[in-house]
Amino acid sequence: MLLIPCPWCGPREEAEFHYGGQAHVAYPEDPAALSDEEWARYLFFRDNPKGVFAERWSHSAGCRRWFNALRDTATNQIHGVYRVGEPRPVAS
Amino acid sequence: MAERRSPAAAYAGRFEAASRGEALRLAELPFLTQIDVRVDPSSPAAGDIGDALGVPLPVEPGTAVRAGSGADEVTVAWLGPDEWLVVAPEGHRLELLRKGLGDRHGSIVDVSAQRTTLLVAGPRARDLLAHGCALDLHPSVFGPGACAQTTLARAQVVLIPREDGFLVLVRSSFAAYLAEWLLDAAAEYVA
Amino acid sequence: MRRDGGGRIDRSRELRFRFDGQEYTGHPGDTLASALLANGVRRVATSVRLGRPRGIFAAGGEEPNAVVQIEEPFPEPMLPATTVELYDGLVASSLAGQGRLAAGPDPARYDAVHAHCDVLVVGAGPAGLAAARAAAATGARVILADDQPEPGGSLLGSRDEVDGVPGADWAAATAADLEGRPEVRVLRRTTVFGYYDDNYLVAVERRTNHLGAAAPAHMARERIWRIRARRVVLATGAHERPIAFAGNDLPGVMLAGAARTYATRYGVLPGRRAVVFAANDGAHAAALDLADAGVDVAAVVDPRPAPGGPWAARLRERGVELLAGHVVTAARGDGQVSSVETSSGASIDADLLLVSGGWNPVVHLYSQSGGTLRYDETIGTLVPDGSGQAVEAAGAARGVFALPGCLADGTGAGARAASASRPARPVDVPRAEETAEDAPLAYWLVPAADYTEHFVDLQRDVTVADVHRATGAGLRSVEHVKRYTTAGTAHDQGKTSGLLTSAVVAEALGVPVAELGTTTFRAPYQPVSFAALAGRDRGALHDPVRVTALHEWHVANGALFENVGQWKRPWYYPRPGEDMEAAVLRECAAAREGVAAMDASTLGKIDVIGPDAGEFLDRLYTNLMSSLKVGSVRYGVMCRPDGMVFDDGTVIRVADDHFLVTTTTGNAAAVLDWMEEWLQTEWPWLRVHLTSVTEQWATVALVGPGSREVLAGLAPGLAVGVDDFPFMTWREAEVAGVPARVCRISFSGELAFEINVTSWDGLRLWTAIMDTGLVTPYGTETMHVLRAEKGYPIVGQDTDGTVTPHDLGMSWVVSKKKPDFVGKRSFSRADTMRADRKQLVGLLPEDPEVLLPEGTHLVATGTLPEPPVPMLGHVTSSYRSAALGRTFALALVRGGQGRHGERLYAPVGDTLVPVTVTSHVLYDPEGARRDG
Repeated sequence: MLLIPCPWCGPREEAEFHYGGQAHVAYPEDPAALSDEEWARYLFFRDNPKGVFAERWSHSAGCRRWFNALRDTATNQIHGVYRVGEPRPVAS
Repeated sequence: MAERRSPAAAYAGRFEAASRGEALRLAELPFLTQIDVRVDPSSPAAGDIGDALGVPLPVEPGTAVRAGSGADEVTVAWLGPDEWLVVAPEGHRLELLRKGLGDRHGSIVDVSAQRTTLLVAGPRARDLLAHGCALDLHPSVFGPGACAQTTLARAQVVLIPREDGFLVLVRSSFAAYLAEWLLDAAAEYVA
Repeated sequence: MRRDGGGRIDRSRELRFRFDGQEYTGHPGDTLASALLANGVRRVATSVRLGRPRGIFAAGGEEPNAVVQIEEPFPEPMLPATTVELYDGLVASSLAGQGRLAAGPDPARYDAVHAHCDVLVVGAGPAGLAAARAAAATGARVILADDQPEPGGSLLGSRDEVDGVPGADWAAATAADLEGRPEVRVLRRTTVFGYYDDNYLVAVERRTNHLGAAAPAHMARERIWRIRARRVVLATGAHERPIAFAGNDLPGVMLAGAARTYATRYGVLPGRRAVVFAANDGAHAAALDLADAGVDVAAVVDPRPAPGGPWAARLRERGVELLAGHVVTAARGDGQVSSVETSSGASIDADLLLVSGGWNPVVHLYSQSGGTLRYDETIGTLVPDGSGQAVEAAGAARGVFALPGCLADGTGAGARAASASRPARPVDVPRAEETAEDAPLAYWLVPAADYTEHFVDLQRDVTVADVHRATGAGLRSVEHVKRYTTAGTAHDQGKTSGLLTSAVVAEALGVPVAELGTTTFRAPYQPVSFAALAGRDRGALHDPVRVTALHEWHVANGALFENVGQWKRPWYYPRPGEDMEAAVLRECAAAREGVAAMDASTLGKIDVIGPDAGEFLDRLYTNLMSSLKVGSVRYGVMCRPDGMVFDDGTVIRVADDHFLVTTTTGNAAAVLDWMEEWLQTEWPWLRVHLTSVTEQWATVALVGPGSREVLAGLAPGLAVGVDDFPFMTWREAEVAGVPARVCRISFSGELAFEINVTSWDGLRLWTAIMDTGLVTPYGTETMHVLRAEKGYPIVGQDTDGTVTPHDLGMSWVVSKKKPDFVGKRSFSRADTMRADRKQLVGLLPEDPEVLLPEGTHLVATGTLPEPPVPMLGHVTSSYRSAALGRTFALALVRGGQGRHGERLYAPVGDTLVPVTVTSHVLYDPEGARRDG
C-alpha cells in the first residue's frame, strides 16, 4: 500500500486516491481545428516510461483535489507532488 | 403521520447496549445541522462567513475549529482548500451564512441529511476506529483541533476528534453498514 | 521422551490430545511437535510424492515435514506441528502433503487493526529485544512483534546468560519492562509476513488458537496487523540448514539446533543415542547441551579437518568421539534412523542424527522490502545488502550469530532507528559471555555415486538426482531449476531447502554459489489463512450495503432486492403466490393504467453552483444547458472525449447560478470525480462549485395516469394541472406536509412526478403515498420494462463505452450550435461516422412468448454457416411486456437503424430464434401519454 502525499492532506493510503493517467495532456485549444490524426493522438496516445512519470491523482476519499505526482514507475517511489497549475518540479 | 427518521435510528438500542460498559460509548447524534461551504479563503466573503459563524474558517488543512456553546455551538471542519463543513445543533444557520456570502461567488449548501453523525467515545474509541481506519489516530497526531476525510472500514467518513472520542460523519446510505461494522468491531471491548 | 526436569513447560498440568487416533498427553508450553516427540512419536507425515515416512525435522516455522491437519476444535489444513501450541482437546492427524479444508463455515471471528510506530522490531530474540529496548529508551513509539508465545527467541532454547541471568529470564524481564511503557506494544504469537512499499508491514496475530475449545467467542481468533513504521529493525534470526546425504529424510534426522531446543525449551529428548553431523561450532555446543540433558552423543562428525574451538575440546573431555575431516555418508533404518554410516567406514548405532550445514539468516522480509542480498563466502549464506526502504537487519538476520554480537547489533540498530523520531538516549549493551569460535565451513552435499536418496527439499520430495536431471537438461538458472524440479515451492517455501538447492546447482555447474545470483522472496513469509486476511470483510460486511431512507419500508413490505453497485434497490414486491413474472406484469400494469411509485433515491445528485455553472455544464453535456430556464428541467447526456456515452440524467435549474444534476445510480461518484477533474485541471477559471447531495434527498417517482390526482391530494397547495405544471418543469411545494421539490419528468412515458424531500422525511412521504391506498409500489425490474418499452437506454446496460448518442438514436440530444463540448470532435472521426456501427434497435421475437436471454448474439441467417459466423450484434435488454402483450428486446445491431423490418436470428441453445428488427421505441411512440 503506497503512501501518497496529497499536497493538501499529507501522506494518505493509496486506496484513498483515484488515478488519472498522464499529467500535462492538455485539452486542445480548438479540437475542431485538429486533423483526425492529431485528435487521435490526444485521445489515445500516452507515454509509458520506465522511470519517473508525471501523472494525475485525485484525493477522492479526502479533499477531492486533483494534483500531479512524479512517480518512478519502476520503484513506485514518489519524487514529488505539486498542485494543478504549478510547474512540474525537476525530478531529483 | 410518521415522524422524520434519522439514518441510524434503528441502531439506537444496540448502540446503547454497547455503551453499557466502561470501554465505549456509541450513539447517533441525529438531525445536526450540516452546511457545506465553498468560498475562496482569501476573499472578503470568507471573512464575512467567518463573522457569521463567530469563528474564522480554518485554512490549515486537516484542522477544525469549535466555538460557541449550547445552541450556538459550531464546529467548522476543513474539507478542502476552499471547502468547509459546518456542524451545529439543529436549527438553521443556513440563512445567516447565505447572508454572509451575499451575492459573491461561493456556495452554501444544506447537507444536513447527506451525512449522519455517530459518536464513538470512551477509553477504547481509538482502538475501535483503528480496526478500520488507516490514519494514525494517536492523540499526538490526531487530537482535538484536527479533522480528516478518510475511510473507516469501507465507508468514507469525516472524522473529528473530541476530548473524549470522535465524531464520525458518514453518508446516510452507509450509516447502517457502518453501524453494523462498529458494533461487530466493538464486540471485543464490550463483552 | 520427556526429561525428568527442565524446559519451559508446566509439568503440573496435563493436556490431553489425539494424533492419528491415538490419545496422548502433554503440558502447557508444549507445541504439538514437542508433545509428539515426548510421546515417542517419530513418524508424523508421509511424503507427498514418494510416500516415504517423515519425522519432525525442525522446531519452528521452517518445519518441512511435520505439516498436519487439525481436526478439532475446527478443521484447519497444513499447519506445521512445530507452530501449533498444544491445548486440551486438540485432535490432529498426519498428512501426505495435502490437507483438507473444512466443509462447514468457520464460526470464529477475525479482524484487522491499523497501527503506527516510529520503530517496528520484528523478532524478540536477543537482537530484537535489545533493539526494542534501545528504541523504547528514547520514548519512541515502538512495536515489537514476535511469532512465539513468549519472547526470547534462541535464548529459550539455549543455556546462555545475559546480564548475569539465564537468557530466558532476561528476555521475560526486558519484555515486561517494554510492556510497561505506554508507547510500546509487544505483540506475541504474531508473525510479520509481508513487507510492502513505504514501510507498510502486515502481520498475523494468533490470539485464541492456543486456547482450543476454551477460546472466547467474542475474541477475534486471528488478527491482521497493518503496520506503518517509520523505521524497521528486522531481528528475524536464522534458520539452520540441512546437508544432502543418503537417507537424510528418515525420521530421526533432525536439525541440531532444533534438537537442542526440544531438550532445553520443551524438556524433551528427541532420541536416546545421537550422531551429530555438522561443520560449525554451534552444533558442537548443541551436542554438549544434549549430552548434558541425557542424550548419549555417540560421535560428532565434522567435515572440517581440525575443528579446534573450545566446544570441540569440551566434547573430547566428555569422551565424545570427534570424527574430524569426515562426513556422514548415509542414515540407515527401517522407517526411522537406526544406524549412521560415515566416511571413516564406521557404522554407528543411533536413533538420532543431528545435522547442521550452517545457518541462513532469515532475510525474507528484507528481500520483500526491495532489499538486495549478497552471498557471503565466509559464512556461506545470503546476507542483507541494502534496501531502498528505512530498514536494517540486526543480529543473526544479518549473519551476526554469536550472542554478544547480537545484543550489541540490536542495541545499535534500535538506537539508530529511533533517532529518526527522537533525540538519542545512551543505552548500555546487555552483556553476554564471549566464546571464541572456529570458522564454520559451508558444507552442502556428501558425494555419492547415487543421489536418488539425497534429499534437498523434503516437502516436495526433490532429490539431488532431480536437480542433476534439471542441470543435465541444460537449465542454468536456479529459478528455472526450481520451476523444473518444484524445489522450494511447497508450503514451507523452501525455508530449509532453498540455499541448499542453489549450492547443489552451483556444484553441478562448477560455479561458485555467489555467481548463481539470489532469489527474490515474496510475501507471505508464512501461509496465512484467507479468513484472517478477510477479517470482518465477509458475510454481511463483505462490502458496504447502501440503503435509502425508505429501505426499512421495503423490507417490511416483502420487497426482493437487486444489487445496483453497492445499493440495495427493491427489485419487485411479490404478493403471496406471485412469481417475479406475475409481480412485474402487475406492477407494470399499475404504472401504465393506475398509479405506481418507486424509490428513486439512489440517483446521484450534484449541486452545481456559481456564475459560470451554465457554461460549465455546456462544456460537459452534449446539449445546451445554459439556456435552461429557472424552473425547468432538461435531460442530458455526457460523453467521454472519445464521443462515447458516459452518463445521462436530468438537469434542473434551481436559480440563475444554481443547477442540480442527477447521475445514474452506479456512476454518481465517477461523475463527480469527472466533473471535478475538468473543473480543476482544465477550466480552473470557471466560477463553479460542485457539492454532492445524493443522500440529502430522498426521491419518489409517482407514475401513471392517476398520479396527478394522488399528488393533488397530498399537495393541496400545488397546482398540478397540465398547464400549471407542464412537462419538464419543477415546483417547490409541500407534499404530505413536507417541503418538497417536485419535478414533472418521466422515465416510463407515463404522466409522472418525481418528488424530492430531505432523506429524513423520505419515509414520511412514502408512507403518506402508500397510505392513500391508491398506489402500487414497484421496483427496478418494472422500471426497466417501462423504460425499455419506450426505448430509453440504461447507461451501462444498453451501452458499454463503445456507443455514441447517435448510435442510441439520440442525435437530438447532441447540440449542433455549441462550438465545442467534451466528445464533440470525436463525432466527426471516421470511425464514429461509419454506417455499420452498432445501433440501438428494438427486437420482436416472432414467437411472442419467447424471451431472449440478455447477451444473446444476433446472426443474419436461419442456419449457422461455417465458423467464423458473422456476428451482427447482441441483445442488451429483454423483457415481457404487459403493455405490448408480448416479449420484446433492445439490441445493439450493426447498421441497425437501417434494418427496421429485417428478420435476424438469435442463437439460443441449439435453436435459432427468428426476430424482427424494429424501432427501439415500441410503446406510445407519439408520446401521447406523458400528460396523462
